[in-house]
Amino acid sequence: MPPLQIVFLVASAATLVSGLLVVVSRNLIHAALWLIVTLFMVAVLFVLLEAGFLATVQVVLYIGAIAIMIIFAVMLTRRVMKDPGPQTNKQWWLAALVSLAIFAALAAILFQVPWTVTNASVSPDSLTDLGKSLVDTNRFVLPFEVASVLLIAALIGSIVIAGGRD
Amino acid sequence: MVPLLWYLTLAAALFCVGLYGVLARRNAVAILMSIELMLNAVNINLVAFWRYLTPAAMNGQVFAIMVFVVAASEAAVGLALMISIYRRRQTVVAEEVDLMKW
Repeated sequence: MPPLQIVFLVASAATLVSGLLVVVSRNLIHAALWLIVTLFMVAVLFVLLEAGFLATVQVVLYIGAIAIMIIFAVMLTRRVMKDPGPQTNKQWWLAALVSLAIFAALAAILFQVPWTVTNASVSPDSLTDLGKSLVDTNRFVLPFEVASVLLIAALIGSIVIAGGRD
Repeated sequence: MVPLLWYLTLAAALFCVGLYGVLARRNAVAILMSIELMLNAVNINLVAFWRYLTPAAMNGQVFAIMVFVVAASEAAVGLALMISIYRRRQTVVAEEVDLMKW
């Protein structure tokens, strides 16, 4: 087996195990820490897919910002962290059943489709092309600007929502 | 090279793990974490399709970046809502916040 496949199998097993631990951990801080492991393993998968920039963004933005923000939120809602009751609702078995059924359906479809994969390699200046495509008027400049407006709106909105003036 | 099918299967599995978390967890912050898992599964799919189908065009990576942006905004607004709800009602358990539930 080629080494890349071994790396992929290890990374994907780690992703799935830590992802499962995120959803079943009783302690929310533990769940958040497992979320960081999952996000890091997804970054490893991005490196395997030769999307180095996205791997960097994954580490900086997801782990550095979103996961830390989630940990802050867990700490600010501290009483719930020590909630002695069950961490899942009464329909957890139904949720598990639905998830398994959707996974089975997805897998059945995925294994039927004949994927025609190209063998083309990623050009070495793909990062330059990515940067240019984000500001090119014929390509993605409009989604890029809309995304920045969305970020500003989310920022102001969360300040307004969370910053009580009492 | 790793087959494309492996990536797609992994993404489907991660998505379903996140879906279980969204449906079953009681704590709203844990639900947000599960949504992050689902978005990551989508991102794996997008980047895998970019790499294996159209590595010359950058569309797949741009889509993944858009998902990053949406995930960041969603986490910011969602956590602000959690903190606001916790401040008023001393709980972030999703089923106890049922004022708008008929």
